[in-house]
Amino acid sequence: MQRYRGALARLQAVGLQSARGMAAAAQPAPAEDLIEVTVDGQKVSVPKGSNVLQACDAAGKDIPRFCYHQRLSIAGNCRMCLVEVEKSPKPVASCAMPAGPGMVIKTDTPLVKKAREGVMEFLLINHPLDCPICDQGGECDLQDQSMVFGSDRGRFTEVKRAVADKNLGPLVKTVMTRCIHCTRCIRFAKEIAGTDDLGITGRGRDAEVGTYVEKLMTSELSGNVIDLCPVGALTSKPAAFTYRNWELKTTESVDTSDAMGANIRVDTRGMEVIRVVPRLNEDVNQEWISDKARFQYDALRYQRLNVPLVRGEKGLQQASWPEAFAAIARAASKVQGHEMRAVAGRLADAESMVLLKDLMNRLGCGDLRSEAGFADLDADTRSSYVFNSTIAGVDQADAILLVGCNPRLEAPVLNARIRAANLAGVPVAAVGEQYDLTYPVEHLGANGDALDKLAKNSDYMKRLKGAQRPMVIVGAGVLQRADRDAVLAKVAKLVEKGEVVREGWNGFNVLHDAASRVAALDLGFLPSARARASKAAPKLVYLLGADDYSEADVPPTAFVVYQGHHGDRGAARADVVLPATAYTEKYGTYVNFEGRPQSTKPAVASVGDARDDWKIVRALSEVLGAPLPYNSLDDARRRLADVAPHLARRDAVEAPLWLAGEQWKAAGDRKAAADAAPLASAIANFYQTDAISRASKVMAKCVRARQNPIPGLHAASVGN
Amino acid sequence: MRRAVQSLARFSALVAHQSAASSTSAAAVQAAACVGSRRWFATNSHDIFNTHRHEAHNNWDTEFDFTDANYEKVAEIISRYPTNYKASALIPLLDLAQQQNEGWLSLAAMNRVAKILDMAEIRVYEVATFYTMFNRSKIGKYHVMVCGTTPCMLQGAKGIYKALKDHLGIDYGQTTPDGMFTLGEMECMGACVNAPMIAVADYTKGVEGFSYHYYEDLTPQDVISIVDTLKKGGKPKAGSQHRSKAEPAGAVVDGKWVPSKPGADGMTLTGEPPGPYCRNLDEPAPEQAAAPK
Repeated sequence: MQRYRGALARLQAVGLQSARGMAAAAQPAPAEDLIEVTVDGQKVSVPKGSNVLQACDAAGKDIPRFCYHQRLSIAGNCRMCLVEVEKSPKPVASCAMPAGPGMVIKTDTPLVKKAREGVMEFLLINHPLDCPICDQGGECDLQDQSMVFGSDRGRFTEVKRAVADKNLGPLVKTVMTRCIHCTRCIRFAKEIAGTDDLGITGRGRDAEVGTYVEKLMTSELSGNVIDLCPVGALTSKPAAFTYRNWELKTTESVDTSDAMGANIRVDTRGMEVIRVVPRLNEDVNQEWISDKARFQYDALRYQRLNVPLVRGEKGLQQASWPEAFAAIARAASKVQGHEMRAVAGRLADAESMVLLKDLMNRLGCGDLRSEAGFADLDADTRSSYVFNSTIAGVDQADAILLVGCNPRLEAPVLNARIRAANLAGVPVAAVGEQYDLTYPVEHLGANGDALDKLAKNSDYMKRLKGAQRPMVIVGAGVLQRADRDAVLAKVAKLVEKGEVVREGWNGFNVLHDAASRVAALDLGFLPSARARASKAAPKLVYLLGADDYSEADVPPTAFVVYQGHHGDRGAARADVVLPATAYTEKYGTYVNFEGRPQSTKPAVASVGDARDDWKIVRALSEVLGAPLPYNSLDDARRRLADVAPHLARRDAVEAPLWLAGEQWKAAGDRKAAADAAPLASAIANFYQTDAISRASKVMAKCVRARQNPIPGLHAASVGN
Repeated sequence: MRRAVQSLARFSALVAHQSAASSTSAAAVQAAACVGSRRWFATNSHDIFNTHRHEAHNNWDTEFDFTDANYEKVAEIISRYPTNYKASALIPLLDLAQQQNEGWLSLAAMNRVAKILDMAEIRVYEVATFYTMFNRSKIGKYHVMVCGTTPCMLQGAKGIYKALKDHLGIDYGQTTPDGMFTLGEMECMGACVNAPMIAVADYTKGVEGFSYHYYEDLTPQDVISIVDTLKKGGKPKAGSQHRSKAEPAGAVVDGKWVPSKPGADGMTLTGEPPGPYCRNLDEPAPEQAAAPK
């Protein structure tokens, strides 16, 4: 390192400055004016800057393609998208040719067909004929397109090449002989994921895609290359050889592994979830999902709570539902309402939370809290705890300030969006601990004092003021600090001085890190004033899927009821365990950090005796003598809409009022002092954040792989 | 059929390398890969794989840094390009690193260049694997490259190759046991008029003393004396071995230098051309002069 610094100094001494590499923006700038082109005799208007392929798509003509992908830069190397353009002497690669006004494009001439057949023949020269054992079989672009452009015989009589497989870690399986060098994975790693590790080495016949040095793909988004790969070169390692795509039943659902609410498709066969893939939603996750969202599903088979359990002399014993309820009723009869407490976990859905809140209130208990530790957060103003700019707003922002947050681990897909903004020239700055976010970040200080300094007419403040659409993103870690109010008051001052909230733009954002948080705050799943003031330890604690509760929330003498789907910390501590369903097995409303209510849908049946969360609370209410009047999911959802009307408007974000920063003044009035500790993210281990991901073997493998990221190193050093 | 045999040989080399737990058997693998003495395309490179395999002398722990003198050169090279296209300096810097590092680029050398140019390491690996003039595995002190393209081949490149092979006891892609010579095959180097030819890269003296000489108009005897002189530390005559430049003084025919004889009418490009000569443009042409006025 020292030597390297010396080297740099030497370079700078001769007057060289490091300049940032060319930032290639993947999408062309939107243009208002349209141009008209003719595709197969049909006139279509496309925006200026479109390429011929997009014009053909607009005309409804299918253009075969391998390397072209609308979210990646254009490579133009597969040559499959050849079309004929009038006045052009030879076929043109439509993805790499800009559409010009008056262009006459032909996609179905004999010349085009012959050209594409030629390309296909070349591609198939080195592609193995192993479709029967290939996991991509049935959903393979090459297979599909060879049905149209492939020949039943080839003219190539020599031997096909063989390429050594690469080890990209525990998630992506590689069969590199199948690779057709479309370079989509390389461009994804470089442009979207920001871990520039993949490339093409060698040349000609010996060219191969890989990392050159055996290396883990250290991205939280690496699984997306499986979807991008048009052939079977990159497939899912955990799901290898387990399914054929036509055997699967698909269910459109929502991911709960983080607070983003990525839209997913859960593919199942019988009782098993076989895979999870992203669903297109431009406003949320575009078409990416994180590795945790994609690969944690194996945990739905392990560590499941499938029968009610009651703690007896020999520990937790299997029981029937009536026995379990009776045990709770017995315990509840001995305590007063105000001696109870309910704690909602990371994966709790909105329906069960609203029902549990109603039940607790009916029993006279007001002590409702989230395990995240913001029990005393003032949640009266919605704009103070959601991501006001919305995720799509990141595309419009022109200055981004991160406060105590690590989006790479808290919401990897959002991080990719911030990265895209950064590549397009939006500067990103951060206050708090330093993290590698895959793009350059200007670090402005570590703790609350740095925020003070920023607010005092700093250079950055001027830039923030000068920006059209500035964004401040506060991490969930900040909300969980003991000195939260002091830090938030400082952030408030910054937001006010920097005019981050303006007419038509709210740039103040909170990035939550768990799926249930915003719903809990929206529903007021927070302690009442009396419960907040009370110092008495609760005697009965109801854990609604809470495994990351703080020890202070669950006193050792309390009777603990755990309702959840995985045997984790909460179930181990519990006196009664009520088995519930996981997110792939139920209808559940989850509100993402923007405040967008979305619903999961049951893809597989529940395990054993497990029941939906809201049904358990409803049944329990009867036993505890405070029956709730909700007998169906619709009833529960109607109740949700009563408490928080915006939760009835599914999939849409209702922009909250800002109220001129009123809630901040209240926070500032409390006069708390800020701690000197750096503002840090609450997530250190991306792969294991909740009961599901902790039970996943695949996630555990990822953790191990990250701990020893260079598998080849040791063996080589020892071997010689 | 021959291609099939070669590809099988290459594949077996690949398998052998994968099955070898460490790289101690690298030499054996190299030999296996060179079975049939042909690879996929003519190349001066002795590298077999386009991926890195850890070896005792080339792994994550190996270190490389430019010397202070060479850092001056690095700065000069980078200054040739616009600061926002710093990556343009990649190929010259890799060349410099290769000269400093005794003729080959270790992983550390490539990583160092990547750091200097603010590039992702893989972008450097891509370039270093693409160009066969970059050697990514250890090489002899002298890299002897035989031209195998058409004009040289017609003039006896095969004989040159055979003489080197028999004399040094190595095939293309291999290094002599004493680490002096590595034999390679090269595409046309533009000295066809003096075919056949070889090029020798001398990595014994670092960047300062680096030389890349052509030896032309070779007979098998010439080439043997060249490598023997190099072995003794001498300086063989560079360029054509039998004429001063490319004057029509003769040619190598069947492995022997045959001086050209003037033709029957004494016509030679070295003498006075016999005519007919161009007319004097200052004087009017005879027919013009004879034309009636």
